Amino acid sequence: MEVEHLVKRFGPFTAVNDISFTVEPGELFGFLGPNGAGKTTTISILCTLLTLTGGRATVAGHDVSAEPDAVRASIGLVFQELTLDDLLTGEENLRFHATLYGIPRSELAERMGPLLEMVGLTERAHDRVQVYSGGMKRRLEIARGLLHSPRVLFLDEPTIGLDPQTRTHIWEYVDTLRGEEDTTMFLTTHYMDEAERCERIAIIDHGQIVAIDTPSALKASVGADTVTVATADDALARKQIAQGLGAEGELTGEGVRLRVPNGEAFVPRLFDHLAVGVTNVNVRRPTLDDVFMKYTGRDLRDADSGMGERMRMNPMVRSFRAR
Amino acid sequence: MATLDVAAGRLGGGAGARSGALSRNARTVAMVWERELIRFRRSQARIITGLAQPLLFLVVLGAGLSKFIGSRGAAGVSYQQYLLPGVIAMSVLFSSLFSAISIVWDREFGFLREMLVAPVSRTALVLGKAVGGGTVSILQGIVLLVAAPFVGVHLTFLNVAEMIGLLMALAFGLVSFGIVVASRIQRIESFQVVMSLVVNPMLFLSGAIFPLQRLPGWLGVAVKVNPATYGVDPIRRVILGDKGALTIGGGIVPIWAEVLIVLAMGTAMLALAVRSFRRTE
Ligand SMILES: Nc1ncnc2c1ncn2[C@@H]1O[C@H](COP(=O)(O)OP(=O)(O)OP(=O)(O)O)[C@@H](O)[C@H]1O
Ligand SMILES: [Mg+2]
Repeated sequence: MEVEHLVKRFGPFTAVNDISFTVEPGELFGFLGPNGAGKTTTISILCTLLTLTGGRATVAGHDVSAEPDAVRASIGLVFQELTLDDLLTGEENLRFHATLYGIPRSELAERMGPLLEMVGLTERAHDRVQVYSGGMKRRLEIARGLLHSPRVLFLDEPTIGLDPQTRTHIWEYVDTLRGEEDTTMFLTTHYMDEAERCERIAIIDHGQIVAIDTPSALKASVGADTVTVATADDALARKQIAQGLGAEGELTGEGVRLRVPNGEAFVPRLFDHLAVGVTNVNVRRPTLDDVFMKYTGRDLRDADSGMGERMRMNPMVRSFRAR
Repeated sequence: MATLDVAAGRLGGGAGARSGALSRNARTVAMVWERELIRFRRSQARIITGLAQPLLFLVVLGAGLSKFIGSRGAAGVSYQQYLLPGVIAMSVLFSSLFSAISIVWDREFGFLREMLVAPVSRTALVLGKAVGGGTVSILQGIVLLVAAPFVGVHLTFLNVAEMIGLLMALAFGLVSFGIVVASRIQRIESFQVVMSLVVNPMLFLSGAIFPLQRLPGWLGVAVKVNPATYGVDPIRRVILGDKGALTIGGGIVPIWAEVLIVLAMGTAMLALAVRSFRRTE
């Protein structure tokens, strides 16, 4: 997948502003960004649901503008918002999908069974989607996206609103899938643990890519570990650290918090300069949360929002129009 | 949740093992059609209004107005008899357009994206929708035929067969027209506007509700440019004979010409609908 200088404007508003990146075959690529950054818009273009304003994009070797049919044949998509037919049962929704992707009838049961098991909907497969809970709908949506084993799978906040146990199940399945089929995955998420699984991550903000690298390189780019030291007298400790080491600490409920380039090397020096009793020291490497904070000024989890609101943000609702 | 059995879920490998584009598109038409039928079966409210409204027209309007119109005004038959083919056409009109407008619902609830992102031709999607919507509305029209004996109309088996053929043509034209409208509508609210500004005039000016003779000049013209007129007229002629048939320049328009007009309109609309769907944005 290659994206070069991609631009998307909605009227005067630029949702995607000249982004470029490459995703290798079989890679799990994370696409992070605050709400409204342009993630879904980018995915919609790559999936041929929106036409691009400028630049070029190829998916599975096919140009999205010139060969949309070839692109569609190679991809799968778990939408951010719900796209199920409420009046159909879970099983009928999957059958509809299987037909669209040319899965032979003889294969359908063999494919559907394990997927329904994975998302825990085997018993409810013959109920109308109307009576499903929000989480059940989401799970069905994920099962549907995986049903036809696409070469490239787009997952737009796939596990939003799901309980941790279900998310674990889904990720186990996804891991096995990647092991066996070498599926390329393009994931947007607001969950740190999911972002952590990615081989590479791009962070997008206001329609522009502000950072792109492996999770460890991104974390290293933050350049600071967090050292928290709890003492008998934190206020005094803070003063002593400032005077002796020139490090400006921050008082928290757990002690004095410091951001330093190399936490492990810092700790021995800390002990040399402290004249108060130390009860606890904690060194924490930067997390993706710190990375996200550094590049977007926002917290990864804060960027998450409820599903109800999301459904109205469906760009197609507003933009499907015959001209 | 059970343990994962990924291997079993991955039979058949990649896209290579899949059926070809042609059979996939054919199956898609059938599947979209099946979905329309399932959705219809599960919307009781729609079935009930679809039948109740025409019957209400037939019974209440028919009984109420027959005194004033009399048989002379209604082409030599009682007004209720005149109205029977009219309400059948009306039910086909409403339910065809309703089926087509469901595309707006699909868009609002996201299901349209599921269809549009799939590797199937837009023609297959539109065709499935047209055939599905058509089937549903023909079914409703046929059910209304049971009212025939109650208003003193006696149908032969051949009449019914001819009717079905004509209803198919009418439904095809209307669903195609509806899909074009739906592809240009963004929100469900706009449906109300279309209903009152397009569908009602189309119904009133088609000869379904009142006879077309002795209309003021401008109304006569409006009737003749309304494509629905050419769908309603042959249905009435099958049931009631040629008395009161549509005339242009003094001569009766042949049924085959009327059917041709409806089919031509439908085909043009369908082509337009497919084109609207090609533009995904
Ligand atoms: N059809 C449209 N017309 C006008 N503006 C749009 C349209 N679709 C999206 N936008 C705007 O483009 C911007 C990017 O939206 P997008 O849905 O891509 O964000 P996102 O990164 O997916 O956010 P989230 O995390 O909330 O899903 C937003 O400001 C949004 O309002
Ligand atoms: Mg989004």
